[in-house]
Amino acid sequence: MDATILSFLLLDGLQNGVIYGLLALSLVLVFAVTRVILVPIGELLMFAPLSLVWLLEGKLPGTLWLALALGGAWALMARGRGVLLPLAGGVGLFLLFLLAKGVPPLAYLAAVLLVVYLGVATYRVFFQPMRGATVLSLLIMAVGLHVAYQGLGLVFFGPEQFRPAPLLAGEVVVGLSWQGVLVLLFAALSLMVLYLFFRFSLFGKALLAAAENRLGARLLGIHPEEAGMVAFGIASLLAAFSGLLLAPLINAAYFMGFMLGLKGFVAAILGGLASYPVAFLGALLVGFFESFTSFYASAYKEALVFLLLVPALFYQSLRARAVEE
Amino acid sequence: MRYLWFLLLLLPLALFPFPYYLTLLNFFALSAMVALSLYVLTGLAGMTSFAQAAFMGMGAYATALLTVKVGLSPWLGLGAGLLSALLLALLLGALTVRLKGHFLPLSTIAWQVALYILAGNLVGLTGGHTGLTDLPPIHLFGISLDTGFRYAFLTLFLLVLLVLALYNLRQSRIGRALLALRGDALAAASFGVDPAALRLKAFLLSGVIAGLAGFLYAHFLRFVNPTPFSLEASIKYLVMAVAGGVGSIPGVMLGAAFFTGLEDWLKDLLPLLLGRQGNYETIGYGLILALILILAPKGLWPMVERYLPSRDPGLPKAEPLPLKSPDGPRGEVVLEVQGLQKSFGGLMAVAGVSFDLRRGEILALIGPNGAGKTTLFNLITGTLVPDGGRVFLFGREVTCLPPHRVHLLGLGRTFQHPHLFPELTVLENAALGTFARTRAGFPQVLLGLHRREEERALATAYGALRRVGLESLALERAERLSVGQQRLLEIARLLASGAEVLLLDEPAAGLRAQEKRELASLLRSLAREGYTVLIVDHDMDLIMGLADRVVVMNYGEKIAEGTPKEVQRNPLVRAAYLGEEEVA
Amino acid sequence: MSLLSVQGLTVRYGPLEAVREVSFSLREGEALTLIGPNGAGKTSVLRGLLGLAQAEGKVFLDGEEVRGRSPEALLSRGLVLVPEGRALFPGLSVEDNLLLGGFTRFRRREALRPDLERIYALFPRLLERRKQPAGTLSGGEQQMLAIGRALMARPRILLLDEPSLGLAPLMVREIYRILGELKRGGTTLLLVEQNAKVALSLADRGLVLEAGEVVLAGPAEALRQDPKVVEAYLGLSREVEEG
Repeated sequence: MDATILSFLLLDGLQNGVIYGLLALSLVLVFAVTRVILVPIGELLMFAPLSLVWLLEGKLPGTLWLALALGGAWALMARGRGVLLPLAGGVGLFLLFLLAKGVPPLAYLAAVLLVVYLGVATYRVFFQPMRGATVLSLLIMAVGLHVAYQGLGLVFFGPEQFRPAPLLAGEVVVGLSWQGVLVLLFAALSLMVLYLFFRFSLFGKALLAAAENRLGARLLGIHPEEAGMVAFGIASLLAAFSGLLLAPLINAAYFMGFMLGLKGFVAAILGGLASYPVAFLGALLVGFFESFTSFYASAYKEALVFLLLVPALFYQSLRARAVEE
Repeated sequence: MRYLWFLLLLLPLALFPFPYYLTLLNFFALSAMVALSLYVLTGLAGMTSFAQAAFMGMGAYATALLTVKVGLSPWLGLGAGLLSALLLALLLGALTVRLKGHFLPLSTIAWQVALYILAGNLVGLTGGHTGLTDLPPIHLFGISLDTGFRYAFLTLFLLVLLVLALYNLRQSRIGRALLALRGDALAAASFGVDPAALRLKAFLLSGVIAGLAGFLYAHFLRFVNPTPFSLEASIKYLVMAVAGGVGSIPGVMLGAAFFTGLEDWLKDLLPLLLGRQGNYETIGYGLILALILILAPKGLWPMVERYLPSRDPGLPKAEPLPLKSPDGPRGEVVLEVQGLQKSFGGLMAVAGVSFDLRRGEILALIGPNGAGKTTLFNLITGTLVPDGGRVFLFGREVTCLPPHRVHLLGLGRTFQHPHLFPELTVLENAALGTFARTRAGFPQVLLGLHRREEERALATAYGALRRVGLESLALERAERLSVGQQRLLEIARLLASGAEVLLLDEPAAGLRAQEKRELASLLRSLAREGYTVLIVDHDMDLIMGLADRVVVMNYGEKIAEGTPKEVQRNPLVRAAYLGEEEVA
Repeated sequence: MSLLSVQGLTVRYGPLEAVREVSFSLREGEALTLIGPNGAGKTSVLRGLLGLAQAEGKVFLDGEEVRGRSPEALLSRGLVLVPEGRALFPGLSVEDNLLLGGFTRFRRREALRPDLERIYALFPRLLERRKQPAGTLSGGEQQMLAIGRALMARPRILLLDEPSLGLAPLMVREIYRILGELKRGGTTLLLVEQNAKVALSLADRGLVLEAGEVVLAGPAEALRQDPKVVEAYLGLSREVEEG
């Protein structure tokens, strides 16, 4: 293990770690606001680059039809003015896709908006009706959706792996490509924007408030449902960008999202599903851990990452009581 | 009635000409076993697991390794399979049963994925993704079980035995305790259940059942690889159980049957619909799960059950358990509270409270809202640990004991909101109280050896219901009771437990005048028999007419103590209730 | 002409009737208090008014029928509740909690600044602690924060559920002093209280609730002297029959 290899591993770990970190933050946010553990976040992440690949080849991806179908269900379930958003969104999305066929800049935009629309519609159609349910029921639903979306990913995109062209080609130094730099920049930017949003904007505070005390939020006119949609929207946005940036580096295939999501989820658990800084740092830890174990024992790196959960859960269990209040 | 399940054994005969369907039949039996393991874990104990396939895998790989690599008999493989599933469950369970609600299923996802990856990568041991082949068939009475027809008899027979054992489990103190634990761990602990230990045992049982299914799977296909023991497989079993109705045995069986057929059908249908090859059934599972969670959260079985005739178990006739009447001299101190303190954050909820409780008396604890009364209750019963002070019950110190231990020493409590279990019958709810006084463990219950004790427990519960006047409702579901009747049921449960010292938290809340009169009369007669009652309530009419002595709290402190009349005249008490001004 | 008129309000939780046929009215600038023992249904009246519980009967706000509307809709009509237990956002700062009170009026901080200054003038302690997380405040300060937050919504009627709950006597006096100032400034108050003495010292009129029904109503002066009020709290009336 010399300095070069060490720096490779660190950069690799950092690059993956920040993405896990963004996923972890999304998971914590969504959980805090809606009590949903967003297991399908991995599928949302993968749908972006896969849909992009289809668009760049001049085809409409199956994910568009899924999004429109859910949007339709949303519109049917909504009442009064609530119908406007899914309808307008759906129509706009469809038109955008028609325009974006084969047009790279629009295609990127279309892929991102698709995933955001899909994410918000998922909340509205599947989770909002389960408002009074326990965290467990919500988790089972989330797992069910993960399974369904992953299956649909196979139907829409087939089992092959795709490699979209990177936004920036070439390497900065050996071991770090320009695309990798983009990933790091994006992560840093997102962190800053999220921080500013939650620290300074009243809207961000309202979101946190809805997470902390539902009754208090309702009494002040903050709709928990709106907060849920915004939280899912933010998570989908981060997932979409992460997917688009990562795909040129690690390929994109229908099954890869789950693993990425699970690692973000390990990190979120490290933070007890409550603390944002711990979750992000935990994600970096997971990234580095994975990098190093992949160097020494590549086949087992994923298993070891999951076994990392053991001490995390153990720590959490020490804080919980055996008899629940 | 439950022996009708043996009719399943006729199915192989019916399907004899169709080897394909015989295979499906075997798959059904094995899936049903895993679904039953979820019935125990989720339906009874309330823990969700995404790792049942991993336990199956343990059973399968253990027997594969022993029979293929070491060349031992499949029966030894069975032992190894069950043992390894048990050990895995012990390891996982010890770490995770103490976790709050959703951390348990999350950790099962992690284990499941980790084990799957290990199975696929430890090529030297497990054969990796190619797996291990050429497992020997099981030999029974000299016959080799190497066809679907013969194997079906084995799997179905074991399935039916399992079903019977689990019916026994449900109709036992352990079944009731598990259901109580799932709904309300606090209430369960208050009548003697050790939550962590019981959860762990349920986890172990569930793991072993899945391990058995894995063993049978291995010797059916005579081939083992990681794929059937993946997260997707675990999810499939969970879907089966939840869709059918995880809360009942027929429910999970229905789910298993439904999905085994559906899976087969989807495997053929979806590639046709979509125009290409591939495993698309997972889409179906996910969507069906989603639909069921929204439209029929309790599963399909409850909808079917409505049209079936219901059985009437009849009233218990056996001799009740020996119920020790409270003995000991009236007036002897049974409960002593010394200087109890508890603060939350900066707030002193209980600030140095002391009093005695004497046998045969009714002591009322009153005070404005926020005065610390419920906190004091929680400190005495062990639900909360005090920051300072001591509690003595019958002369023994109980200060830091957990609630179930305190209960075992003779103290029982009710809660501000009735903590009953609406899906159990009134009789079963009352029988929960006998948990601490009965002994049957998992083995005895599964084998059906607990019948006598169970009947006596039910008879004790029935006696307690008679004592409070609810015996005519014994076989009704508890959710049908009015608030007043629910309170009486809580007291019946306490009486069935044989607790001598009764702590009642707002038993009159929500009762109408007539019900309050009946309650008061019941409590007075219990006191005459030597029971001791500590009661918190806000109905001053009730309290002042019922209590022998009164303790008044305000802002966490005891501000007065004495007979009702003395307390009513006390200026400090009047000031506390009516405001700051001193009464002239 | 009353600002708020409640006729025959009945509130149910499943089969349980918590409030039965309660009627009262409230004029602008008046302070009305609902007193009674615990479990009498006082909080349920507020929940029924605000659409947080299933309610029947008629509720008119400024002549408009509003029963069954959501809390958000009533908020925009000026009906603001300070709930029992305060429902603050413990992780957010004092200032953020206050600003969120004005969320439905303006979404930008600058627009809310003048209101914020007013609240700080009323509650200097909150100004001192403006950056602290709300969860670290003492009980009394939390109550002040809850009231301040409600005021940020510029209520026409301020509903308070047990503001004195769990507070030390000195703090209770302070809170009520401030409520008195608000009343003098023209704010209409509907006050649910267990501490009858202090509530009746502030209110113009009062209602005594027992087991979900109004058993006594009238000017605060009269209620303060009424022996039945004393009864309601200390059970000095008829004894329970011997069983």
